[in-house]
Amino acid sequence: MRAYVSVFRLRLANGLQYRSAALAGIATQFFWGFIIIMVFQAFYAQAQSPPPLSLSLSQLITYVWLQQAFLSFIMLWFRDNELFQLITSGNIAYELCRPNGIYGFWYAKLLAQRLASAALRCFPILVVALFLPQPYRLVTPADPATFLLFVVTLTLGLLILVSISMLIYISTFITMSAAGSLLMFGVLGEFLAGVVIPIPLMPSWLKSIVYVLPFRLTADLPFRVYSGHIPKWQALELIPLQLLWLAALIGFGKYAMGKALRRVVVQGG
Amino acid sequence: MRLFGKYLLILFKSQMQYSTSFWLLSFGQFFIPFSVFAGLYFLFERFGQIQGWDFYEVALCFGVIHMAFAISECLGRGFDTFSGLVANGDFDRLLVRPRSTVLQVLGSKFEFTRIGRLLQSSMVLVWAVSRIDVDWTFAKAMTLLFMIVSGTCIFAGIFILMATMCFWTIQGLEISSIFTDGGREMAQYPLNIYQKWVTRFFTYVIPFGFVNYLPLLFILGRTEGNPLLYVLSPLAGCAFIVPCLLLWRFGVRRYRSTGS
Repeated sequence: MRAYVSVFRLRLANGLQYRSAALAGIATQFFWGFIIIMVFQAFYAQAQSPPPLSLSLSQLITYVWLQQAFLSFIMLWFRDNELFQLITSGNIAYELCRPNGIYGFWYAKLLAQRLASAALRCFPILVVALFLPQPYRLVTPADPATFLLFVVTLTLGLLILVSISMLIYISTFITMSAAGSLLMFGVLGEFLAGVVIPIPLMPSWLKSIVYVLPFRLTADLPFRVYSGHIPKWQALELIPLQLLWLAALIGFGKYAMGKALRRVVVQGG
Repeated sequence: MRLFGKYLLILFKSQMQYSTSFWLLSFGQFFIPFSVFAGLYFLFERFGQIQGWDFYEVALCFGVIHMAFAISECLGRGFDTFSGLVANGDFDRLLVRPRSTVLQVLGSKFEFTRIGRLLQSSMVLVWAVSRIDVDWTFAKAMTLLFMIVSGTCIFAGIFILMATMCFWTIQGLEISSIFTDGGREMAQYPLNIYQKWVTRFFTYVIPFGFVNYLPLLFILGRTEGNPLLYVLSPLAGCAFIVPCLLLWRFGVRRYRSTGS
C-alpha cells in the first residue's frame, strides 16, 4: 500500500508543475461555460411552461459550472500517453518486474493525475463562479448535509471513473491501437454521463438506458446532488449503488488485466 | 500547386501505412460531432425551438460550421502543430528552401482522418438542406457555398494566427483552443441567440457573424434590402485570412532560431 501512496504523491507533484497550462485551461473553461449557459438560456427563454420534472435554469447553471470546474473528474478521455507507450513499445516488461501489483500501481497514477489537474483548476473557477452577476452565478448548496453528500458522491464517482478508464488501458493490450475504438468508447461514455447535455433533459427512452449504466454515477449524480435536484434521501440510496459498481468494475478490471498479462506479448524494438 | 499535390500524396501514403489505425481514427472522428449533434437533436425535441430558429435551420448552421472546421483542420494541421517545428529548430530548414513558408507548413501535415468529421457534417448538411422550408435558387446555393468557404478561411486564419504567436512564445498556447474549438462550438448556433458582447466580438473581431448569421438570414428569406449584400457577406469572412497572412510574414522576418 505504501508504494501506491508514494506513486500517487509523485504523480501529484508532477501534475502540479504545469501551472501555465492550467491557467490557459481555466480561461478556456470559462469561455465554454459562458457559451453553454447562453445556449441554454436561449432555449429556456422560449419554453412557455417549464417542462415537468426538469432542471430549473439556476440548477442547470450550477451543473454547468461544476462540470467545468471538475472537468478532469468527468472526462473519460484523459489519456496518459505514457501508459499507452509502455504497452505498445514493449517497456511493459519493466513494469512487470516491479514487486507490486500493476493494477493498483496504474490506478494510483491515473487517480493522481486527475486530482492534480482538478486541484489546479477547480478552485479559481468555483470562486469566480460564486461571485458572478446574477443569472450566471453558481449557487451554494442548500445545507451542509447536501454539501457533504456532494463530496462523498463526487469522490466515489471519481473512483468509478478511474476504474472505467483502467478498462480502456487494459483493452490496449488486446487491440494494440491506442486511439480509434477507444476514442469512440470515450465519446459514448461521456454522452451517457451527461457531459454533452444534462441527463434530466434527455428523452425518456434514453434516460432509461442511462440509468442502467454506471457512467452517470461519475459526473451527473454528484452535480445534481449539489444543486438539490436529487433529494438527500435518494442520494443516500444511490451511494451503495456507487459502491457496488466500483467493486464490480475493479474486480472485473483486475480479472481482465490478469488475463491480459498472462498472454502479454512484449513488443520488441 | 503541383508541389502541394505531391506533399499530399506522400502524406497520404505514409498515413496509409497504418491503415487499421487510420480507419479507426476516422471512425472515431465521425462520432465526436455526432454526439454533439445528438445532444442538439434531443434539446430541440424537448424545447422545440431556440429564439425563433427551428431545428433544421440550426442544423444547417451546424453542418456549415462543422464542415468548414473539418476542412480547415485537415489543411491547417501543420500550423496547429507548428510550435513543435519552432521549438526544435526544424523551421530553419523550411526557410532555406526556395518556396513560400506558408505552402511548406501547409504541406508538412495533413490530417486525412478528419474525413470522418467531414462525412458527418456533410450528412447533417444534406439532411438539413432537404428538409428545410426554403425554395432554393442559384443565388442561395452560391451563398451556402460561400458560407463554407468563408468559414474555412476564418478557421484557417485562426490557426495561422496562433502559429504566428509561436515566433514570440516558442511554445504553443493552449489558449488558442478558445478560438478554434470554442469558436466552432459557439458558431454552430445562429449568432443572435447570444449576449450582445459575444455577438459583437464574433462579428467585428473574428467575423463568424458573416458566416453563420447574415447569409443564413438571406437563405431563409428573412432579409430586406439589397440581396446582393447578403450573398457577398461571407466574403468578409474570407478577408479575415489576409491580415493573418501579413502577420505571419512579419513573424517570419522576426524569427530567430532556437538553434537546438
